[in-house]
Formats: sequence, structure tokens, C-alpha cells
Amino acid sequence: MKLAYWMYAGPAHIGTLRIASSFKNVHAIMHAPLGDDYFNVMQSMLERERDFTPVTASIVDRHVLAQGSKEKVINNINRKDKEENPDLVVLTPTCTSSILQEDLANFVTRASYESQADVLLADVNHYRISELQAADKTLEQIVRFYIDKEGPEFISKITKTKKPSVNIIGGFTLGFHNQHDISELKKIFAELDIDINLIIPDGTYVHQLKDLPRAWLNIVPYRETGLKTAEYLNSKFKIPYVDETPMGLKQIASFLRQIQKILVSQGWECNFEEYITNQTYFVSQAAWFSRSVDCQNLIGKKAVVFGDATHAANFAKILHYEMGIKVIWAGTYCQYDADWFKKEVSSFCDEVVITDDYNLMASLIAKSEPDAIFGTQMERHIGKRMNIPCGVISSPVHIQNFPLSYKPFLGYEGSNQIADLIYNSFTLGMEDHLLEIFGGHETSDEEPRGIIKTNQDSELKWTQDAHNELSKIPGFVRNKVKRKTEDFAKKNKVQNITLEIMYAAKESNSSI
Amino acid sequence: MQSKELSFECETGNYHTFCPISCVSWLYQKIEDSFFLVIGTKTCGYFLQNAMGVMIFAEPRYAMAELEEGDISAQLNDYEELKRLCLQIKKDRNPSVIFWIGTCTTEIIKMDLEGIAPKLEGDIGIPIVVARANGLDYAFTQGEDTVLAAMAHRCPKTILHAKEKPPLIVFGSIPDFTAKQLSLELEKQGIKVDGWLPSPKYTDLPDIPEGAYVIGINPFLSRTATTLMRRRKAKLINAPFPIGPDGTRAWIEKICSVYGVVPKGLEERELEIWNSLSDHLSVLKNKSVFFMGDNLLEISIARFLINCGMTVYEIGIPYMDKRYQAAELKLLETVCHKKNTMMPRIVEKPDNYNQIDRIYDLSPDLVITGMAHANPLEARNIHTKWSVEFTFSQIHGFSNAVEILNLVTRPLKRTAKLEVSRLTTI
Repeated sequence: MKLAYWMYAGPAHIGTLRIASSFKNVHAIMHAPLGDDYFNVMQSMLERERDFTPVTASIVDRHVLAQGSKEKVINNINRKDKEENPDLVVLTPTCTSSILQEDLANFVTRASYESQADVLLADVNHYRISELQAADKTLEQIVRFYIDKEGPEFISKITKTKKPSVNIIGGFTLGFHNQHDISELKKIFAELDIDINLIIPDGTYVHQLKDLPRAWLNIVPYRETGLKTAEYLNSKFKIPYVDETPMGLKQIASFLRQIQKILVSQGWECNFEEYITNQTYFVSQAAWFSRSVDCQNLIGKKAVVFGDATHAANFAKILHYEMGIKVIWAGTYCQYDADWFKKEVSSFCDEVVITDDYNLMASLIAKSEPDAIFGTQMERHIGKRMNIPCGVISSPVHIQNFPLSYKPFLGYEGSNQIADLIYNSFTLGMEDHLLEIFGGHETSDEEPRGIIKTNQDSELKWTQDAHNELSKIPGFVRNKVKRKTEDFAKKNKVQNITLEIMYAAKESNSSI
Repeated sequence: MQSKELSFECETGNYHTFCPISCVSWLYQKIEDSFFLVIGTKTCGYFLQNAMGVMIFAEPRYAMAELEEGDISAQLNDYEELKRLCLQIKKDRNPSVIFWIGTCTTEIIKMDLEGIAPKLEGDIGIPIVVARANGLDYAFTQGEDTVLAAMAHRCPKTILHAKEKPPLIVFGSIPDFTAKQLSLELEKQGIKVDGWLPSPKYTDLPDIPEGAYVIGINPFLSRTATTLMRRRKAKLINAPFPIGPDGTRAWIEKICSVYGVVPKGLEERELEIWNSLSDHLSVLKNKSVFFMGDNLLEISIARFLINCGMTVYEIGIPYMDKRYQAAELKLLETVCHKKNTMMPRIVEKPDNYNQIDRIYDLSPDLVITGMAHANPLEARNIHTKWSVEFTFSQIHGFSNAVEILNLVTRPLKRTAKLEVSRLTTI
């Protein structure tokens, strides 16, 4: 048993439902007790979805517990088949149903005799994999099913598209800014004169999946979903794939160069260098912005980064390579992908954090006292408590992370968005200077609430003068100054903190 | 269509509601010295963290005991695991009571929470109350019922002397402020509330002697009522619930009649409230409403809305206890006769899919429904009100009647104000 207050990734069935409900005309039936259909609320509220979420529950109640589901699941599948005429019904086990150990595969076989729709059982183990892994797995399972359906001669019948084309794999329901990201990718490919063959799963019909092998290559913008499918298509049809995320100018360039290399190797002459230069230096504002004088104030600022593997790693790289910000540490809750993550960021971070424990996150943030945090909604709240600004860069997210306006994180427009986000997250420029010179707007004595209290050893006393001086220090650094002064006093065995001690502490530690 | 009596139906039970463990979110706030430990899986945790929204960040006194594969396959010892976690909670928060909320998983693997609790209680020195609030058996607000029923056993028990007037205990969790308002209304009739279940502190649980009078404040408290009657030998006052001015008056009158008090000024008080609601009533008059059903407050709110001049087509409800809700159902019937309006059909364990078909046919002015259906219905030009809000708002007593109508009229007024929603006018 594990004492948990909060979790970064949800249970496996949520991943399966996110994939199933992203396809068009696919219905998911959860084998679940009453109340487990909370996914529908999230879809309807967070995505502000106008249609009914294509997910229903085949309820597990006391009777099912006593006698088994019997015909119930089969009837529910066949009923949904008649009511909605879906192309595919995905039967989704939940944590409850997986302990019941009913033969769901048998239900699926029997239901498919009668139903017009295809019926699949999502192959996910609730106690071993998380939401994101389940999503990855379910997507591959569905793709494999429809490829296999074409029969053994299928490979010989495949014809590639005339012009170079790509499949975009990933981007799904409740994904972090996924819809905007996909639009941005579409724009880039249109500008490079590369066709989009299919985008899966979002908005695609399952009967289109057999066209996947027509593409020249696959794009996997998010490591968390799509990698398995790309690997499968690679092993089955030798379709190369690019799993780099085009987030940040440096990574977009590398992403485009990889695509160029693949296309050239397939006999298509192309050169994206001019496009990359033009976009980087003249279309996107981010490169110029980080050169502009205002951004000099960012030098020496410190940040910490946390999120899913894709967003945290790429964001850390942007901070380090493109903004000149010191990334004290970067971390991810995708523990299963820890090796990749470490490889990506350890060259420039002092430390790499792999955890899904938010209490640990809170204490790490308190210890490192960054100038800004880039993380999930959880880190935003930790930051709020400690008075440290936070930009949200990854799921899990709230409704405000499903903005109505165009806010991609990928591509050149994404770089602009990210630059704004970073800049706005720091207290910067003139405001910063004025606060320092004139002692800030707020001079209340109230301590910012921190998780880790500063030294409260009773022997340390602040004189009135020193206390007044402390209260003049801007709120967002006051705690830090207080702690460092107290550390200095303790080190020098001083009990009364006077103005002199404060200044001496400041001299000894020029970083405050 | 104009039947003389209420009709009851039962459908398939394929409907959307919150999991009963959601009761943790309001009970931990109500019982200030408590800690709620939900023993379940990631699914339970995910639901709670999303349903509770920002509350989760306020360091709530609740946590998951997340079951791992070793727990499911009994490789780990339940007792030792729970002891480790509860000692941690004791160290960090030092609560006066720990509630263990059993879930579907603990039911299926038959974890003997009721057996482990007394032993562990002795070992760690903190009372442990076990409530099985799982989705196999219950819906949404019934979670509170399971917790209060378990707490009823922990209330102290003194002996009532033969000549003494039996005390009055009110059961049901409502905000302290609302509880005070209701106590005051009763005080005006010379009746003292001797205790509330739950009390704001676990250490102040009310004394319930044999023969005490108990009365429910919410329609979903059947188990608590049963426990109080059978196990504590208390006498249940069966009354409509104090929701709406009509319900509140009936509730107080019933208590008065039990104590042999002739109520004074109640009629005027009710009238005064109705008069203050006139703006809302003009919006609601002759409008129709459809309850999809998910929180068991449906009968009482429907009864109030019919009294406000609305027509109720259907009252969906997760579970209908005709005995515990007898007085409320009777009042519903009376109100329908008085208003000469159709008797609504009461649909227990509704089927949401069929209900949406019926909603298309009836096109009611307002559908009271869960959040899973609200946006899709709005997109089809059907006004909705989220039913969950009734659970989290103050709706009891005379002065909160306006809160209910604020909720009900908001979607109707909002659409009237929005010019862009009528696309043809731009």
C-alpha cells in the first residue's frame, strides 16, 4: 500500500479511453462499477466537448460480484452496436474488473458474432502500467488489428503516395495543447510541400488505418503516445519514423533535418536549410527575442522543470540552450522512460529527478529555491504556496490549460508561445530593478507560506532595525534572504541579527 | 397523462453519477478533527483528485491508501500495511479519528476492514471508523449515508429516565451555518436540538439514548435512519425534508407534532419566503423540468419546483427508499394535486441513453443532470443545470430556498441574456 495524496498519471483505463474516444465512431464500454465513468465528465468539461462522450459502462454491481457478468457485457456491446452503429467497440477493463478475472476475451468473441462493429478487448494490466503507457499500447493494438485484418497479402499490395507524405501519430483527447500542436505541424508540412497521409488517432476512422503504410515516414511528436505504433509499423513495413519533438527552435531544426535525411534516402531531393533559417530568424520571434536587451535579465536566473518526459526534457533544453537560464534540475513522473530522460538532460542539469511523489517535489522545490518553476498544475500550486512563479508545461492540467485561443507548444508558433510563457514567469526587467531599489510594493510583515520553514531556532533574534529592513525586501525573495542571513548568523555563532549582520551576510553571499 | 398517483419504474441502472467516495470531500470539511483514508486503487484516487478540483491543493485531511499488486494478491499483510500508513497519518496530522473508506476493490478482495480496525485502533490509540462507500452498492451521496451509519455506533449512550423528555438528534451533514439556522427555527417553536450527527468535531458526537427522537435532514440517509432505529433504539420522525419553504415548514411541523407543540407563525414565515421569491417564480412559472437523477435529492427538489409552478416530467433517482422518504412522497403527491399538475414519473436506476431519447421527445425547458451530459445537451439547445451543485450548495431551511432557485433559474436567465447564443440574430 502506498499513501498517496495526488498522482501525476491516471489509471490505465483512462489511457485506453482517451485513445478510443479520439477516433471517430469508436465506442468504448468500460467493465466498471457505478461512478467509474468519470472520464465522460472530464471530456465534457475540460475539452468542452459538444458531443456525448462515446463511452458507456457495463455496470459491475453486487449481482455481477455474486454470479458473474453472464450475458450483461455481451448484451451491452450488442445494444451499443445497434444504437450507435460504431465501427469498433473497445471493451475496457478497469482495476475492479481485472481482479474479478472474468473471461472478458470470451465476451468479446461472443459479442462479435452478433455485432456489426468490430469488437476488441483492451489489453492493459491495471496494476502494472499507467495511463500513458496504456494509451500507447491501445493505439498500437487498434492499428495492428486493422492491419492484420487486411490479410497476409497486404504488404505486397501497398503503394506509397506519389508525393512524400507523413503520418502524425499522437495527439489525442485530453492531451496537453495537442489540438493546437497538430495544427501547427500541419502548417509546417504544408509549407514544406509534404503531404499528410493520416493523423491518428484524433478524428480518424478505423477503416482508414489500412492506409497508414502509404506514408513515407511517421512522425511521433510525443514519446508517451505513438512510439509503440511507430515501432510496429517500422518492423512490419520498414517505415522509418522521427521521434524527436519539434519543440523549441533547436529541436525543430533537428526534427526537420531528420525528415529531410529520410526523404533524401528514399530518393526525394529536398533541402530544408533555407526554410529552417528563414523560420528561425525571421518568422519566429523567439530567437530574436532571446537576443534582445530585455532578455539579458534572464541570465543567471534559475529554474526547475518537471512534467511528462516529452515536455519536461524539451522544455529544459529550451531554457538552457535558447534562453541561457540555469536549469537546476529537471524531472519526470514517467518513471518507465527514465533512461531516455536522463540521457536527454543530464548534460546540463545538476540533477535529474525521477519520481511520482508530489511531496518529494514540494521539498525539492523548497530546497532549491528557483526563480521560476515549469511544471504541471501540481507544481503551480506548490509555487503558489512558496511565492515562486510557475508556468504550466505538461499534463496533468486544469480547464485553463484547454485555452480557446491558438496556443501550440510545437513548431515555430509554439516557440513564440513558449518564449512568452518563460518571460512572463519571471519577475523581470524594470520591475525587478525597481523592486530592488525601492524595496518592493508590498511591505507587510506576513511571511509567505513555505512548505519548509526557515530556521526557527529560538536563539536567533532579529533586532527591530534588521526586522524593518527585512520587511522592505520584496516578498518573493524575502524568505530566501531571511534564511541565508540566519544561516550566516548561525555559522558565525551570532544570536542577535542586527543590520550589520544582515549586510555582512549579503556580502558573504553575493547571490542574494 | 393526469394519473392520480405517483408511478414508479425501474430501468437498467446505466446512468452517470459520482462514486460514493466523493462524500470524503465534504465530510472532511464538516468533521474538523477527522482524517479520511480511502483504501482503493488509482481509479479512486484519480476520480477524487479530479472531482475535488482545487480543494486537493489545500492539504486536505484525506489520502488514498493505494493498493498495489502485492496487496491484491495477498502477498502483503493488510494489517501491517494499514498500520504503517495510519501511524504515518498520526505522526503528520494527529487526527481524533481516522475514517477508512472501503471501495470496490476492498469488497472484491474481501479485505476485512471491520475486523482489522478494532485491533489497530487499540494499537495506535486513535478511533478508526469503517464505512464501505463503494460503487458496487451505492451512488454519490449515499457515501455519506454509509459514513454516518458507521458513526452512529460510536455515539455515546446514556440512559433516558422515564420522566425525561426524549432528546432530539438531527442527522445529516450540512454546513455549520445552515445547521445553526435550522436550530434557530426550531428554537422559535420552543424545541431544542440536542445534537447533530455528525458534529463539527468527532470528539463531540451527540449522546443518543434509547428512545431519543431522530430526524433526517437529507433524503439519502436511509441506512443511517435504519441503524439509529434498529441498533440505537431511537425513534425516527418521518417528515419531508427541509428543502424549500414548503419542505422546511412541513419538517418543523412534524417535529412540533411529535413534541406536542402547536407551531406558531410558521404559515406566515413560509408565506414571507414565497413572497421574497416572486422574481424567481415568474421565471419558472409554466416551465418544465426533467431530472436525470444522480444524487437522491431529486424528489425533494422536484416537489419544491412543482410548488414554484413548474411541471416535472420525470424524476430520475438512483435509489428510492419508499419508507424513509414516505412523508416526502406524500407531500409530492399533495403538491401535485394542489397545483393540478401532472404526476411525474419516478424512475429508479435510470438508463441515461433512454432518458436522452425521452428528453428529445419532451423537450423540457430545463434538464437537471450530471456534468457528463450537460455540455452535449446545451449544444443541442437544451438548457441544463448541473445536479452536483445542489449537493455542494446550502439548500436547507427557509432562508436558503433562494439558493435553490438561483441555481435553477440561472441557465434560463443566462440564455435570455446571451445574444450570441441565438446565432440567427448576429
